[in-house]
Order: sequence, then structure tokens, then C-alpha cells
Amino acid sequence: MRAPDLLGRRLLVFTGKGGVGKSTVTAAMALLAAEHGRRVLVVEVDAKGNITDRFEHPPVGFEPVEVHPGVCAIAMDTEASLREYLRLNLRIPVLGRIGPLARVFDFVATAAPGVKEVLTIGKVCWEVREAIEGRADWDLVLVDAAASGHVIAQLGAPRSIRELVAVGPVRQQTEWMSALLEDPAVTALNVVVTPEEMPVVETIELIDAARAQLAVPFGAVVVNRVLPELFTHADEECFDAMRRQETTAWLAERVGAGVVPVLDGARLAVSLRRTRAVHLTRLRERVELPMLYVPYLFSRTHGLRETRMVAEALGAELGL
Amino acid sequence: MSTPGAPGSAERPAGSLEALLAAKEIVVCCGSGGVGKTSVAAAAALGAATRLGGEVLVLTVDPARRLASALGLAGIGNVERLVPAEALAAAGLRPRGRLWAAMLDTKQSWDALVLRHAPDEETAYRILDNRLYHNLTARFVQSHDYIAMERLFEIHESGRFDLVVVDTPPSRNALDFLDAPRRMAEFFGGRLLRWLTAPYRVGGRRGARVLNVASRPFYQVADRILGSQFLQDIAEFFLNFQSMYDGFVERARAVERLLSDRRTTFAVVTTLEAAPLREAEVFCTELARRSFHLGALVLNKTLPGYLLDATAAAAADRCVRDAGPLGAALAQAGFDGLGDPQRNARVLATVGDSFRNFAVVAAREAELRTELRRLPECICDVPAFEADIADVAGLARITGHLFGERPIP
Repeated sequence: MRAPDLLGRRLLVFTGKGGVGKSTVTAAMALLAAEHGRRVLVVEVDAKGNITDRFEHPPVGFEPVEVHPGVCAIAMDTEASLREYLRLNLRIPVLGRIGPLARVFDFVATAAPGVKEVLTIGKVCWEVREAIEGRADWDLVLVDAAASGHVIAQLGAPRSIRELVAVGPVRQQTEWMSALLEDPAVTALNVVVTPEEMPVVETIELIDAARAQLAVPFGAVVVNRVLPELFTHADEECFDAMRRQETTAWLAERVGAGVVPVLDGARLAVSLRRTRAVHLTRLRERVELPMLYVPYLFSRTHGLRETRMVAEALGAELGL
Repeated sequence: MSTPGAPGSAERPAGSLEALLAAKEIVVCCGSGGVGKTSVAAAAALGAATRLGGEVLVLTVDPARRLASALGLAGIGNVERLVPAEALAAAGLRPRGRLWAAMLDTKQSWDALVLRHAPDEETAYRILDNRLYHNLTARFVQSHDYIAMERLFEIHESGRFDLVVVDTPPSRNALDFLDAPRRMAEFFGGRLLRWLTAPYRVGGRRGARVLNVASRPFYQVADRILGSQFLQDIAEFFLNFQSMYDGFVERARAVERLLSDRRTTFAVVTTLEAAPLREAEVFCTELARRSFHLGALVLNKTLPGYLLDATAAAAADRCVRDAGPLGAALAQAGFDGLGDPQRNARVLATVGDSFRNFAVVAAREAELRTELRRLPECICDVPAFEADIADVAGLARITGHLFGERPIP
């Protein structure tokens, strides 16, 4: 399958099971886009507030801050989003009175289905529209979205709101939002996964659910932490021969007794890779989407250096 | 205490987790997503059922398919089901007690809750049929968290089990579920809710109509945004929901009491990776702050200690450096299947290189381990397995490590 033109879109949403490296991949894609001349806004939706760690920058709030040359970031805040919405769309002056009002609204938003989600995705769509119309400081919006499951509710919020709310400005607002989210020239939903059982199962379920419930176009599946294939078939036979007792003893005499754990380590690496390969195959067969592979990084550090390495891998996968 | 910096400290006194499982009635496993919480919870329950005896239940949220079918859980919902003795026997286990398993069904649990707390059946069904209710239970942020704890309470109260091991739902915020009962109580008891529904109360509960709403600035704003019909829908729904207030709040408080009860303990599960470990530390700190009992820290999927061995590192270096001559010498030595000197050299270099790569990760793990603070009494190491846990025998291997014993062959 051909590498998708992700950097040519306006909105890239990244989701995936917790712990698969969603934020790292989002940050790396932002870095890659910036290196290719895009001006990027990263929106952190998952409330962990640590995507800016990937740029070695302190946490940010709802106001955009440049966290790296060419990369701005904001952290989603539904109350701030509401305030902005009221100010921009309804021309409601929101001053001191917002305190109790926002609390009440936050309450309704929590309870009323889709309202919080629509405020989240609404802010994202707003920024995308500003970017398309040349009014923003960026031309590509990247979303470090909620983990699988919740992201369906978020991307589907404009639709669910339309089902619930018969009239009013919110209903009108949701229509242009859906149009943006469903335009393949604008939006791509990407799923980050690691080649392990649960993340793969969840990814397949998520993609099925998204296909059934949303009309949001897909970009790619990013497979993170792929272990290297150590041996060809013939080389592996050679490796197995080395692990026979007499050979190992011969080797131990020459390179030291430490050769036993060294061979064990390689055996472990081969098995881990093999177990993961089964899940990868299953994923490939089931999802029928372009896959981008990011190797497991045997690195000491986190932070910007790791982000750069992932960006490099993504760049190679995208043929950039 | 285990010695920090010493991976593979599986040789802890065998008693610790075992003693904990023997002494407590509830073990809550928590940790961030992807750390293997479900397998650890199932393995702990398996260990308790096989070695300690009694009726042991593992209450899980979303187990891997194969794990679910291994436990005989495939396709079941809220009802606890006995793990068939044959499944245990097939893994060579002769349990002293019985292992049960249940999977949390959020929707079913909510419905049961409404039926229990609603003042009458009519109200209950009015709530259950409300379209807002469907969305609310499916999407309300704390819904899963709360319902898991609520189910735990219900099961514990039934007195049918000696031990319940519960696997908490993956929370966006690791501690959401601890706050869920309190938040739920606040939600129903909140002045805001009363204030919001106040205009609709006038003139009877059902069929209430908007009165004098225009004077309230909130309604003016909300009306412009959402439309009055929607607002009224919400208010009516909450009016019905509020009728469950007393029962609900009392229950939420009882759930909270149970969590801080001495019979309950928490096991924090993590891998030795930066992000999950940071979460685990937050967990430990928060549990302490709330005076919850932190019973064990389970370090899952750890790499073997030999990766840090200095003589192994030296051997790996030599394999890479002297790959050529070693490969040639191996070929000359006349071993079966090692006749190609170049292939030998390539394989030796790859083997050495791979060791050094994994040693970097093992060193990173070891360093993270030294950073662990506020350690509970019991720390268990579970190594990274080469294959997935697909059956009871696989779980039993985890159990072996949790209980600080050699794995069952």
C-alpha cells in the first residue's frame, strides 16, 4: 500500500491504546512536519499534559506556545474552549460572571452527552478552519487524541449532538465541523499501536467501530516499537548450532563464560520478535490500511532525542 | 524490601504476596494501560485459589480474548462464572479452592443500579428508557470507574467470596476510580443539580414546564446554545435521576468506606518504563495520602538480570570485535552447521550487537528501579515472557513469579 500523504492534510488525529507511545508519535510527526516547512499546532486532548516533554518544554495551557521551532502546542481545556466559543460565536461577553456560569455549564456538559466532546473537537475544527482560510499561525493541526474508544465519541460528537439537539447555534455549528472531519483532503485519523496482543486487538476493534460509526477518513496505522529481525532463516540455523553445548563451550573458552547469557539474550530477542510478528500479521490482514513502522529504540534517553529518532523513522516510512 | 538496582529479585521471601492474598478480602490492581494488569490480577487470583484455597473471584474489565477463553470467560457478562476444574487440571494444577471469573458489563451494572435505587418501577423505567441515560452511562467520564467499584462492593457484600481480585478500568487519570464514588455522591447531592432542575420542579415532578426561566442568566445563555427543548430534556432526566439520590449517595459512601477498609489492599502494577512508572509512583503516593493500604508493587515484564552482567557485556563486545577471526576459527573447528566462516561471523556480530542493545534497555530499567520511592513492603518481579499468556499454564507461570517461586514447569 502506498505511503499516504499525511503532511498534505490539515488535521492529523492520533489515537491508540494507552501506553503505546501515542504522544511520542504525535510529537515526532509534528517535528517531521516542521522540518518539511509546515507550521504546526499540536493539540493535546488527553489530559495527561506531558506531550511537551517530547520537546523538552514545560507544560502548556490553552494559549498556544511555541515548544519547538515551527511547532506550537496547546492543551485542551473544555471550559476555556467554551469561553472562546461564547465569545467568538455568540458574541456573549464573558467576563467575571463566567465563574459560576462555567461551573454550571461544565456540569451540564459533563452530564449532557457529547457537549464536552463537541467543545473539544469544536476547538480543533476551529483551528483547522482558521488554518485553511489562512488566518492562523499554522497550516497543520495534529491532535494527540484520547485513547481508543473515547476518540469515537469525540470525533462523532458533531453527529451525536445533531441527533439530540433539534435547533440552536450548536446544531448549526456541528454541520461545518462534520464537513471538515469527513473530508479526506483535510482530515486523517491515525492509530498508533505496538505489536502486542491487546493493542492489536483494540486497534482492530477501533478501526471497525470507526468505520461503522464515523465517516472520518483514515490515514495510517503507526506500528511503534518494532523489534529488529535478527536473522535470516539460514543465519538462525547457524545461531542454533552455536547454542549447542559443545559449541557454546568452545566459544566460552575464547570470549569468556559471558557468552552464555549473550546467546540467551539473542534467543530472547528472537522469541520476542516472533511473538510480536504474529500480532503484526494479524493486524496487517485485518485493517487494510497503510502501515508505518517505527523501530524499537534501544536508547538511553527520552525527550527530544527520542522524538527526533521516531521522526526520522516516520520520514523514511513516508518516503520523505 | 528488595534491593534497588538488582533486577530479577524474584527471590523475595515467598510469603509476601501470598500472605497478603491470604489476609485480605479485596485486592485492587491498578496501573496505567498496557502494563499487563489484567494478567497479573488473573494470576494472583489463580495463585490464591490454587494454593490458599477458598472461593476466589477475579473481576476483570476487558481481558484479552485468549485469556478470557482460557478462563472460560468468553462471551459472558456480569455474572460470575466458575473456571472449570478441567481448565486448571489441564495446566497441571490441583487447586485447593475454586477460581471464579467475571467481566464487568457497564451497561448492565448501571441498569441494575437504577432498578435498585429508583423509588418505584415506573421511575426506573422512565430513566432506563431515556435517551440521555443511554448516552450518560456509555460516556460519562467516571461511569466505568464508578461502576467497577460499585460492582466490587456488591460482590463483596454478597459474602460469596473469600477473596476478590479486581482489575481496575484504564483511567485517563490513574486515580479517577478512587474519586468516582465521592464524585458520584457530589453529582447527585450537588447544589448545582438542584439549581439546574429548580425551574422545572414547579408544578409537579412529571410533565413540569419551564417557569420564569427567562430571569436566569444561565438559562438565557444555555437556551441560545442548546435550545430550550434540549435543556428541558436534561432537566427532566435529572429530576427523575434525583429521586434516587439518597440510596445512591449512601451507596457511594459505602463503596468509599470499603476501599479504605483494612480488608482491602491495593496492588500497583507497572513495567519498568518511564511513563507507566511515573504513573505508578503517583498511585503509590496518592494511596498513601488517602490512607489506602498499598500492599504490593508488581514490576511486570522486566528484562532478565543477566543482561546487566559485566562478563556478558565483555563477551558481547568480543563477539562483535572479533567476529571475523572467531567465525573462521569456528568453521575450522568442524562443528555441524557452522562451516561457513562469513555466516558465523555475521551471526556472532548480530548476537553481540543484540545483547548490547538489550543491555541498554536493561540498564534503563535498573535505573528506573532505583528511582522507586515509597515502596510497599512487597515488590514482585515478573519477567518478560517470550510468548503471550494464552492459557492457564501461562497464568500459572506469572503466579509462580508473584509468589516468588520457580515457575511451574
